[in-house]
Amino acid sequence: MSGLALQGVSKRFGDFTAVDNVSLSIPHGTFVCMLGPSGCGKTTLLRMVAGLEEPSAGTILLDGTDITPIPTHKRDFGMVFQSLALFPHLNVGDNIAYPLRIRGVGKAEQKQRVAELLDMISLQGYAERPVAKLSGGQRQRVAIARALALSPKLFLLDEPLSALDAKLREAMQVELRQLQQKLGITTIVVTHDQREAMTMADLVVVMGEGSIRQAAPPVEIYRKPADAFVADFIGSTNLLTVGADGTLLGRAMPSLAMATRSAGGKLSIRPEDVQLLAPGSGMFAGTVSFVRDLGGTIETFVDVGGTTVMAITTPRERTPFKAGDPVDVTLPLESCVVLKG
Amino acid sequence: MRREPPRTAADYAPIAFPALMLVIFFVVPFSTMIAVSFFQRDPAGFYSPAFTFANYERFLSAFFGGVLGFSIMLAVMVAIVCVLVAFPFTWLLTQASRRVQIVWLVAILSVLSLSEVIIGFAWSTLFSRTAGITNLLVMAGLMAEPQALMPGFGAVLTAMVYQALPYTVLVLYPAIVRLDPTLLEAARTLGASPMRAFLNVVVPALRNTIMATLIMVFVFALGSYLLPQILGRPQHWTLSVLITDQAIYQSNMPFAAAMAVFLVLMSLALVGLTLMVGSQREQRT
Repeated sequence: MSGLALQGVSKRFGDFTAVDNVSLSIPHGTFVCMLGPSGCGKTTLLRMVAGLEEPSAGTILLDGTDITPIPTHKRDFGMVFQSLALFPHLNVGDNIAYPLRIRGVGKAEQKQRVAELLDMISLQGYAERPVAKLSGGQRQRVAIARALALSPKLFLLDEPLSALDAKLREAMQVELRQLQQKLGITTIVVTHDQREAMTMADLVVVMGEGSIRQAAPPVEIYRKPADAFVADFIGSTNLLTVGADGTLLGRAMPSLAMATRSAGGKLSIRPEDVQLLAPGSGMFAGTVSFVRDLGGTIETFVDVGGTTVMAITTPRERTPFKAGDPVDVTLPLESCVVLKG
Repeated sequence: MRREPPRTAADYAPIAFPALMLVIFFVVPFSTMIAVSFFQRDPAGFYSPAFTFANYERFLSAFFGGVLGFSIMLAVMVAIVCVLVAFPFTWLLTQASRRVQIVWLVAILSVLSLSEVIIGFAWSTLFSRTAGITNLLVMAGLMAEPQALMPGFGAVLTAMVYQALPYTVLVLYPAIVRLDPTLLEAARTLGASPMRAFLNVVVPALRNTIMATLIMVFVFALGSYLLPQILGRPQHWTLSVLITDQAIYQSNMPFAAAMAVFLVLMSLALVGLTLMVGSQREQRT
């Protein structure tokens, strides 16, 4: 089997279980984003793949071979750390050449490869610069080039863009994705930023409390979240409780009763799917409680019988409501996702 | 916090007290010593004011030159051995749990409470033939009969390293604790074995700290005058021993002062040279 496979991997620190029985298979050349709130075990999982932590249980297979007992320095993986971990005593060129030097690559070949890599990250002619004289984005690229110097089998990144400002981060996300596609390298990025995951990933793995909540392509994660945790973590959503008899917001909905089957289900609907209509023409009658006009989009909070429903519209669709306006809300059933548990 | 250059006299007030202390306890005694080094010895009394280079001339002989050379060599060796021992030790210490670290640091601090005299006599017992560590080797069957390991150069070096080691660890500790642990992990993911990663990432990243520690231990060891007397032969006596001898037993204060001034100048020159070499290397990289 080609690619990376985790089989029942767990990590315990004393009484605390950081990663709990995780199984996942990642086909060759896939860009994976591990997404989750801090402390969900995503970094620990990445460190186990890198060999920096030893799993308490389970095996990690690469192309069908068990790599669990192989020490980090023999795994041939490139890793970018959150702190970047550029060597302060070496200049840019020597930092990138470090893995080549360790493997005993000849001086001339080292130089040529460094030039290639600097070219790849658009930092031509920076080889002699001290690392301390680089900007945040440039350091980021140097760390990426260093990790890719040996054309690793696996490219691991631990919150690589968290130190950059918002604009630069978005630009680097695109750059990283394009680079990965060009090289066709299996890549795992750990992040807590869902936008980052949506931008880059082929496969998003949402983690919570040490286990995988859902692993699916980004759009599927967004459109069909597996549970309330995923729905709430990815983007903003309206999480509504469905009553035992299929009542929603105080109205009986027979079709929902069928869908939820068991009692007390939850339902998620994205704010952009919520329709706001003139009073008397929609499913539920409510009152606008707050309007956040962001210019490009308008977030309208509607109070429907004590529950707040948020709708996102664009100014082109309709003129903004004002707080206190009566409004009708319609939730198109085809956009509603019934959640487990 | 306000960070403006001081303007009025009142702004300078906070440094008045430290400045006063520095003048009383450093500038005045040191200036006195420099002045005395040009004075004449008075065989009847103590010394009389004069301006003569005789004390310095007397120092410029093969004998004193040899002692100076030996003193510097000994201090350099103590510094190197201390850093070689303390650096890996401190690094391993920082990897240990907090509880283990505290126990070790308290033990190390307690060694600092020992005076040079106690250290000297303790080691002279340990190095003796009758009660020394060689008896343990004999008991273990590693040695035929107990031996005296002192007086000798090895004994002097060992005791001086023992004395300076706690300082070395305490100076290295904060810098090593602050070192980003991911540097080492990064080196490992890039293909370096843990030992190799330590040698070509941790050590070079702390080059300045190591340099500063070497200088500190060197200066510290240069002033040692009891241990060479207790554990060494006369040829292992340092310049500090001779200065003590001249000042206290021969009552030749001007000559002792001249030697002391010379020692200070030599160590300053060495420290300056080391820093210069260090900063030049910094510029190259």
